[in-house]
Amino acid sequence: MSLMPLFFYLFSVLALASAVLVIVAKNPVHSVMFLIFAFFNAAGLFILLGAEFLAMVLVIVYVGAVAVLFLFVVMMLDVDFAELKSGFVKNAPVGLLVGGIVLAELALLFLAQDLGVSGQSVEAVADGIAAATAPVLPGEGLTGGAPVAGEVLTNTEALGRILYTKYAFFFEVAGLVLLVAMIGAIVLTLRHKDGVRRQSIAEQVARDPKTSLEVIKVAPGGAVIPTGDDAP
Amino acid sequence: MTQLINDYLPLVIFLAVSGGIAGALMIAPFLIAYRNPDPEKVSAYECGFEAFDDARMNFDVRFYLVAILFIIFDLEIAFLFPWAVAFKDAGLYGFWAVMIFLGILTIGFAYEWRKGALEWD
Repeated sequence: MSLMPLFFYLFSVLALASAVLVIVAKNPVHSVMFLIFAFFNAAGLFILLGAEFLAMVLVIVYVGAVAVLFLFVVMMLDVDFAELKSGFVKNAPVGLLVGGIVLAELALLFLAQDLGVSGQSVEAVADGIAAATAPVLPGEGLTGGAPVAGEVLTNTEALGRILYTKYAFFFEVAGLVLLVAMIGAIVLTLRHKDGVRRQSIAEQVARDPKTSLEVIKVAPGGAVIPTGDDAP
Repeated sequence: MTQLINDYLPLVIFLAVSGGIAGALMIAPFLIAYRNPDPEKVSAYECGFEAFDDARMNFDVRFYLVAILFIIFDLEIAFLFPWAVAFKDAGLYGFWAVMIFLGILTIGFAYEWRKGALEWD
């Protein structure tokens, strides 16, 4: 089908263009919008690869949550954007260095694949990904539950067959990473204000006249002076 | 590949049509709308008032805490979707793997609850 390359180039060009616009856009809010657009195009590329589940998770998690958080930060934080831009020339060498290293790593990976010297672990991971994402052809076996011949697996089903059995360890590690993220977020950001009266249903229900009522005889012409907790 | 295109063709058509309509509605006013602005017309209307400050300001970090906790549980749910689809194939082993996963996150949830991160004072 000649449609596939067409869509591939469409998504790739749009993703690269919006990635460039993320960097060069003057307004940070526009940057985040272009970032969201880049995410969408990456999701399109995932669909072309047959990794439909990843594409949908990308849209749900990155577009639905992470990008909204970015937008939150950019729109609401009191950041002086002119001041941020002023550091561009100063920090450019560091950025170039990091970008160059990442580019070199990617180039090495591709070269290693071409020369056939890539480590076994890389290939094993690639095999795992291929097994998880490739639509299973009739008669082809899979490590998890062996599919019946002629059965066509959806992407999500193929993932489900191996994620909880063959890759259970990595699955649990992902759970631990999420736990660490949760505790870290709470430890870093949770501050309780003092003197806030929260609703405590158990305490409220447990009140009875014996502990909450006090009958005071007031002498004619006398006054009641509040004491203890009731003191204003 | 043909299967893929057949599956996603409605989505592509939908996106193209919605993009076309949205683009037309955004561009049409520039081309055909009658424009004759004057200071009175572009000023804030009766019930509004002139802006006296920037909309950007610091606000409480707890909003981010809520958003981050939402993302974490969002991811947890994303991990469960394949389980729902391939529940029978995952088998008993898969079932207990998911239960351990949920147990780990329940520890985090209990911590969050006990620390009062879900409360809004």
